[in-house]
Amino acid sequence: MNRITKLAILIAVFALVAAACGSDSDSGSDSGGDGFRVAIVAPSASNDLAFTQSMVDAVNSLKDSGVVSEVAITDGTFVPEDGATAIRDYASDGYDLVIAHGSQYGAFLPEIAPDFPDVSFAWGTAADTYGLPNVFSYEAASDQGGRVMGIMAAALSQSDVVGIVGPIEVGDAKLYVDGFKAGVLVGKPGADVPVNYIDSFSDVALASEAATSLIGAGADVLSGTAQMVVGAITVAKADGVLWFGTQANQTSLAPEIVVASQVYHWEGILEEIVSNVKGGTLGGELYSITFANGGLVIEYNDDYPLPDDVRELGDNAVKAFEDAG
Amino acid sequence: MGEVFTAAVLVAVVASAIRLAVPLLLASLGETFGQRSGVLNLGVDGIMLLGAFAGYYAVLKTGNVWLGLLAGAIVGLFLGLASSFIAVTLKAEQGISGIGVYLFGLGMSDLLFQKLVGTPIPINTFPKVDIPILSDIPYLGPMFFQHSTVVYLAFAAIPVSTFIINRTTFGMNIRAVGEYPEAADTLGVSVAGTRWAAETIGGTLAGIAGGVLAISLGIFQQNLTNGAGFIAIALVYFGAFTPLGIMWGALLFGAINALVLELKTLEIIPRDLSNLAAMAPAIITILALAVVARRIRAPAALTKPFTRGH
Amino acid sequence: MTLNLTDQQRRIVAYSIPVLAVFAALLFGAIMLLLLGANPIEGYSEMFIGAFGSGDALIATILRATPLLFVGTGIVIAFRANVINIGAEGQMVLGGLFTVMAALYLPSMPSLIMIPLVLLAGVIGGGLWGFIPGWLKAYLKVNEILSTIMLNIVAVQLMSYLLRGPLIDPQEIERGTRIPQSARLPESSDLPMLFGSDRLHIGWLLAVLCAVATYYLLWRTPFGFRLRAVGLNEHAARYAGIPVRRTITMALTLSGALAGLAGAVLVAGSESHRMFSDGSTLGFTGGAGFNGIVAALLGGLHPLWTIASSLLFGGLIVGGQALQRAVQVPSALIVALNGLVVVFVVAADRYRTMLLTTDGRDQQIIDEGSMHGGEDATALGSVYDPAPKGTHSYDNEDL
Repeated sequence: MNRITKLAILIAVFALVAAACGSDSDSGSDSGGDGFRVAIVAPSASNDLAFTQSMVDAVNSLKDSGVVSEVAITDGTFVPEDGATAIRDYASDGYDLVIAHGSQYGAFLPEIAPDFPDVSFAWGTAADTYGLPNVFSYEAASDQGGRVMGIMAAALSQSDVVGIVGPIEVGDAKLYVDGFKAGVLVGKPGADVPVNYIDSFSDVALASEAATSLIGAGADVLSGTAQMVVGAITVAKADGVLWFGTQANQTSLAPEIVVASQVYHWEGILEEIVSNVKGGTLGGELYSITFANGGLVIEYNDDYPLPDDVRELGDNAVKAFEDAG
Repeated sequence: MGEVFTAAVLVAVVASAIRLAVPLLLASLGETFGQRSGVLNLGVDGIMLLGAFAGYYAVLKTGNVWLGLLAGAIVGLFLGLASSFIAVTLKAEQGISGIGVYLFGLGMSDLLFQKLVGTPIPINTFPKVDIPILSDIPYLGPMFFQHSTVVYLAFAAIPVSTFIINRTTFGMNIRAVGEYPEAADTLGVSVAGTRWAAETIGGTLAGIAGGVLAISLGIFQQNLTNGAGFIAIALVYFGAFTPLGIMWGALLFGAINALVLELKTLEIIPRDLSNLAAMAPAIITILALAVVARRIRAPAALTKPFTRGH
Repeated sequence: MTLNLTDQQRRIVAYSIPVLAVFAALLFGAIMLLLLGANPIEGYSEMFIGAFGSGDALIATILRATPLLFVGTGIVIAFRANVINIGAEGQMVLGGLFTVMAALYLPSMPSLIMIPLVLLAGVIGGGLWGFIPGWLKAYLKVNEILSTIMLNIVAVQLMSYLLRGPLIDPQEIERGTRIPQSARLPESSDLPMLFGSDRLHIGWLLAVLCAVATYYLLWRTPFGFRLRAVGLNEHAARYAGIPVRRTITMALTLSGALAGLAGAVLVAGSESHRMFSDGSTLGFTGGAGFNGIVAALLGGLHPLWTIASSLLFGGLIVGGQALQRAVQVPSALIVALNGLVVVFVVAADRYRTMLLTTDGRDQQIIDEGSMHGGEDATALGSVYDPAPKGTHSYDNEDL
């Protein structure tokens, strides 16, 4: 008797599944369309004023200029396996370009990309395409901006202590922090540059205390990278300590103390990738945004009275990178 | 190593420990009310997150930090009522329904932020209040008497909570329904009513704790609490279900975090080992519990729903 | 035992309550979708298609359900011993780490030997992370909710330390990118695929086997009887001469071992065949350590029903992601929806057990009593007087 009941429930479950399958044919037909469709899969929120936002803004600006016809976003996908599912789904939905915007998604591309030879994938930040014909990779030379702003920070610091708040010592964050530290030491070889990696990309409270601790150690200029630095910026603002931002323009967070931000402009290389894809080249190239190709830009805060000589130091450092190519 | 334990470092660590302890302390005090009445609320972190968003949003719109705190409290109050309904009236399994509340708060606060605010905008923070005379004492002043008003208020909540739990009829009822609901019921104490009240206080304090966190940091972000609510629950046990014990627990937890940060700033902890240092608070909590757990007695009816007539 | 028709109808209603609760939560979600300007009907049909609508969708659902079933089965064991295991997240992480270490450090061997060994390593890792809170609870009376939460924190930091340090892919250092991920594990440790699929590995089969084995362990062995006796009434069990402490330790160890196996399968069955750390447990487990608890509850704390419930819950998660992509709502909505489903299922659970007990049979009361933990088992005993020994007959038993 009991078994019959349970069988009945099982049948009900299968009926549900069958119903779901049935509706497939009704609504599951996505037309490929004649436009260019781009999907982004990213680990943090699309409005994080940092890593993810830089890419979302870039793709949206390509959409505004008509280069791209449709943009789909799956953000907050910090579980790599979920990211992989999303990448695979967008690819099978016939998107022309699927952007895997996170180093952690890369390991899945050798499994996914060969299954969709007609779809182009872009992966960053990374410097490897695994030799796949339909994978582009892109990275930001964030150490360049770090170095430029480090030189300016050294000039602005009166205590000769410049502090940096970092998340986990990896990838883009490490590149930036190392570049910034090197820049400060170029500007003032004797300066003290304490770096506080808080071992989290998300703990705003710890980032805030790390900034307090750095200020306590004498720092009068701070910088930091990744999305949890908003906590550090508010501390800097309260204590009147200067701030250099990166990944996106952080002036709006604290107009009083943000001196400048290194901003990622992916539009240029994205446009190249899109035109490559349209022309039939689906991958195989490595891209890097730099000062020389216009992908990196130092955006100054007009409200901060930056002394001309310091600005000149910055401009010269940028020029050096531009000249070097 | 000589410069590590200078007075300036000590002052910085203690002041930082106190700031880090405050949201934990408030949430943990709230959880104590609930647990003493026999209700375990694992959803504290979710309530904190929604309280944090409400507080942030109210300050963003009005500029008034106290209205922000009120907004956090109101959201906490409603979530406390909802948690009471789930745990007391519906008698849901408390260890699990709380995880649902947590996930709901985690997602919902992020969703509201994305839809109503978008990119993070800094808000006013609590003004620092230097207590006259005391704040001028060398060392002790900067450690204890140069904080924002909410810090003093949070610490004032400790004796108040102790008084309510130990000395008032309401507190007696809370303890009674947490220890022996059958007896309390026979004596005419409403078990459900008392648990509703205690759990709602708990939710309200969790909402306030979230609001304090957001307004102290001056910012909101996805998962702002980063698991602070779970630590707060742990602190209830750590503090042996007493407000004073919880205070020491919260301060210890804050102090270890502050010390690790300070040692990193001074570059005393090698970067490769910083993860191991970050384990310290959790490991110390476990070790401390292993030593004292036998002496701590949890409320006998904790997590047990009450049905008259059984 | 004989059941009359009304009883049977009552059972149908009772077992459909959790499913109804899921629908109620989805109704709430529909309101949220409307507020976000999305069409809920379109959204939910995409959700069903995304979860069950095609072969690929079913595979994604099964892959997602696999860790839920492992964890859920472990949760059942713990719950039956009256222990709440909130530490599956950390136990999964340890399982994953041990698997990575075994796969990287063991000499090369044929798959037939390698795969069992790396999975065993995961079992050991998770089991260790379950043994610690179990031992602490049994011998030092440390509350297990608390110690497992703390051990989750320790596990995260251990993972970050190992994957940034000793276990990092040497290529990541070479390239200077230093992404905290392990090297690709040797191919001999890749889980074999089922039915010639290129994604569906044997993990699901293993999980089902574990669920069946757990059923036999709990209801067909003396150990299972002792474990459930401890869960029903610790004092009575002690009087009956059952080694209560050892049993509690064992229950949490087994629970952790199954979560560890979930972690092992996540690594060895991952498409990338690596382990990656983003500084949180969720980044590795995808929340399976929490959602597995819900799957177990949805399955009435019975290992065999948990097979079905983990598929349903896995489908909900996979479908939720499909919904996000189809109607382009923030993925935060899916997290909130997940929470609502948990709350509704747990809140409704009481009514399921109530329906099953109104016919005068008391075993469900006992069952339910076993779910509510507490330091003092006398209160439990006085409220829920278990049926005399020997007449224990769990209706769940005869599936």
